Amino acid sequence: MTTTKSDALLPAQGIEAPRSGRIDPKYLRSGSSKSGSFEMAAWVFMRVSGAALVVLIFVHLTVNLLVGEGIHQIDFGFVAGKWANPVWQFWDLAMLWLAMLHGGNGMRTIINDYAEKDSTRMWLKSILYLSVIVIIVLGTMVIFTFEPCLLDSSGQLLESSPSFCQNV
Amino acid sequence: MTQTKGTLYKGREGMWSWVGHRITGVGIFFFLLVHVLDTSLVRVSPEAYDAVIGAYKNPIMIVGEIGLVGAIVFHAFNGLRIILVDFWSQGTRYHRQMLWTVMGLWVITMIGFTVRHLMLFLDGWGGF
Repeated sequence: MTTTKSDALLPAQGIEAPRSGRIDPKYLRSGSSKSGSFEMAAWVFMRVSGAALVVLIFVHLTVNLLVGEGIHQIDFGFVAGKWANPVWQFWDLAMLWLAMLHGGNGMRTIINDYAEKDSTRMWLKSILYLSVIVIIVLGTMVIFTFEPCLLDSSGQLLESSPSFCQNV
Repeated sequence: MTQTKGTLYKGREGMWSWVGHRITGVGIFFFLLVHVLDTSLVRVSPEAYDAVIGAYKNPIMIVGEIGLVGAIVFHAFNGLRIILVDFWSQGTRYHRQMLWTVMGLWVITMIGFTVRHLMLFLDGWGGF
């Protein structure tokens, strides 16, 4: 393929080569538009958060499902025992925020791809953003306001309390 | 390089891994919404949490959990492959080989997870 006449390689006359200067300026990567820098940041975020989530979620699944009694060990006391440790609080908080933002941005991309009508797209994205905010706020509040050692009306420790509550 | 007809993307590894990544991503997202809500029940009462989390411990849900973990493991391994395609200088050259590596690792991981999860489930299962 050593021809100097590049026209000879084109399948038909009158078709310009790709990127021959007919590209709408808004699709060019040079120059800085606001949405362009947001999309670039979102693209980087998907890769950074994705790599972090692989570690966060694989450890989460291993600790909760593959060691000890597996799925049968999961109850109120198990959650209380984990969140007594600030490392697991931070772990679950990081998982919550990163997964919701990663998943939320993925859903945003899918809505943009398939919802062609402006109003449909706006509605779906409004519902999406609201859901993401509600879930992140709810989950964050649950992690930080969680009370492991609950008492009944007579002041006795509930049976479901983890064992470390006896010493408090 | 050996491709002589058809297209480079449509109907081939690149397209199907993209389809798989989308479908598993959407599934995981909706599970995540439910999972944050069920975990939030620890703030309602221990009984409420234990009752709802107990639903995850019946045989039908065990099958569902294997499916969920299958989706997560594919999304995770294929996501790492996407990062390599984007950032590794040889990424686009070896994207198909990397997809077969992803599928191989997925099979191995899922055999391990499925056996362990089923064994632990049967160990502590009280029956119907």
